[in-house]
Amino acid sequence: MKIVVASGKGGTGKSTVSANLGSCLSANREVILADCDVEEPNLHIFFSEASDASDRTCGQDVTVPVPSFDPERCNLCGKCANFCRYGAITVLKDRVILFEKLCHSCGGCRIICPNDAVTEVPRAVGRVIEDDINSNLKLITGVLNEGEAVGIPVIKKVKATAEDAELVILDSAPGSACPAIETIEGADYCILVTESTPFGLHDMALVAEVVRQAGIPAGVVINRSDDRDEETEAFCHEHNLPIIMKIPFSKKIAAVQNRGDLFSSVMPEWQNRFIELFNLISSTVKKERVI
Amino acid sequence: MKKLAVISGKGGTGKTMMTGALATLASGRIALADCDVDAANLEILLSPEMISSEPYYGQKVSFIDNDLCIWCGSCKDSCRFDAIVYENDRFRVNPQKCEGCAVCTIVCPAGATSMISQEKGRIFLSKTSIGLLAHARLNPGSGSSGLLITEVRKLIDRNAGDADLLLIDGPPGIGCPLIATVSGVDAVLVVTEPSRSGLHDLQRVIRVAEDFGVDVYVAINRYDLEEDVSAEITDYCTEIGVKIVGRIPFDSNVIRAVRNMEPVTVYDTPAASAIKELWNIISTDMGII
Repeated sequence: MKIVVASGKGGTGKSTVSANLGSCLSANREVILADCDVEEPNLHIFFSEASDASDRTCGQDVTVPVPSFDPERCNLCGKCANFCRYGAITVLKDRVILFEKLCHSCGGCRIICPNDAVTEVPRAVGRVIEDDINSNLKLITGVLNEGEAVGIPVIKKVKATAEDAELVILDSAPGSACPAIETIEGADYCILVTESTPFGLHDMALVAEVVRQAGIPAGVVINRSDDRDEETEAFCHEHNLPIIMKIPFSKKIAAVQNRGDLFSSVMPEWQNRFIELFNLISSTVKKERVI
Repeated sequence: MKKLAVISGKGGTGKTMMTGALATLASGRIALADCDVDAANLEILLSPEMISSEPYYGQKVSFIDNDLCIWCGSCKDSCRFDAIVYENDRFRVNPQKCEGCAVCTIVCPAGATSMISQEKGRIFLSKTSIGLLAHARLNPGSGSSGLLITEVRKLIDRNAGDADLLLIDGPPGIGCPLIATVSGVDAVLVVTEPSRSGLHDLQRVIRVAEDFGVDVYVAINRYDLEEDVSAEITDYCTEIGVKIVGRIPFDSNVIRAVRNMEPVTVYDTPAASAIKELWNIISTDMGII
């Protein structure tokens, strides 16, 4: 089963929910936590056993193919540059220049070249790090290299690495654009984490629409609730989104969080609540499968 | 025109709250742009009155004409983005996944594929009590937002190029939306929070922003929630020579202001005073009147 944790608005508590849920479930079963927020991966911060994601020697490179031009074969005809929709190729009087960060790796230049002068070579854009947190819990972190624009290949690699697992919790990037869409695709359930502000609600509504279009069942976690959740509740009711958990605003939880600890470890009464949350999700997914 | 973008790395640290507040504090002619196009919230604070609305197309996407298709599958085999699916006995383009590379048009032996424009969102120019605001809405599920941000920037440049200051509400992260936001600005204000994640993400976004040769300022929002981490952020910034221009205390009036859809500066509160001090420092430093 693949559970994706998304939010629309940033900073509502996606990583908090993912990390605590994963950690609580690992007491009884094997779980993979997949950090798909590759621009700013944070799940590793919650686990002292995890590698330092900012250490560039950690993990396996994720590469994308980019063209390489053979000067022996190239006759500078310019068809590749003319074809490239991303302006990544410029043909000068004596050579071809590639702006590799603009390249989308579509392979079109290789196909269009009449002289077989284009081959594709791998270029590293990020890394995937695998850490065993405990005997049941594995963390897979995707890291986009700084300065790179597009994290999709890294997200794909994280998902592929977790593909065969029984239970995967995927922590999505904020927003409702490509990184969130890529993470959500193929999930069995989506947890939408929000906060009761006009910003939280507005942005959750956008990602809820993406999830609805993808036909994925979803439920809402209201984080930092101060019991003034009427508008969020009304929205959820209207859109048939069950509220599956409320985490109250508390300076104690905030402090645990800020230090990079799991609040379900410090406040063990939450362990059962996360397990119940999973049971609820699991029965929803089973029902959907029957239908 | 001076250009200042408010960014954060980590989401939810208070970018929009900060942008809205700074907009009320700056004097002179102000222009505004919301470049967090897939979670655009500045309009919630500034109740804009729309002047114009235009469609946003972005890259053209592939279209397969089923009357011409000979079902060879070469388009699907060549697509690196898994954008072509075979269902109900026909090939179909999933426009959400199509990156507009047009490879399918050169491999199709039957001339059945072509590139078509498809509306992916809308770009708005609006009037606010502070100045003109360029903002946008990406249709849910419509993928890439970097190009749309570039269009928002062009729109405000065309209509308010003679303003004294352009204030940009930026996106989280370090990828293409952030790069499209940061390129061509004079300075960025990175709003962070005293958490391990906040610090980690701050370091990444500062390194990316500095590569664009912009001035970097840092503000620590809710600094008093975890003073030890705030001290670490301060040490980090001192070490790399980045100026901390403000420490904003946790203040429940901020949530109240956001819920009332108002900039936090409408209340005389500790957070508002800290932001006023911060603006004095930035505006003097940037030479904004």
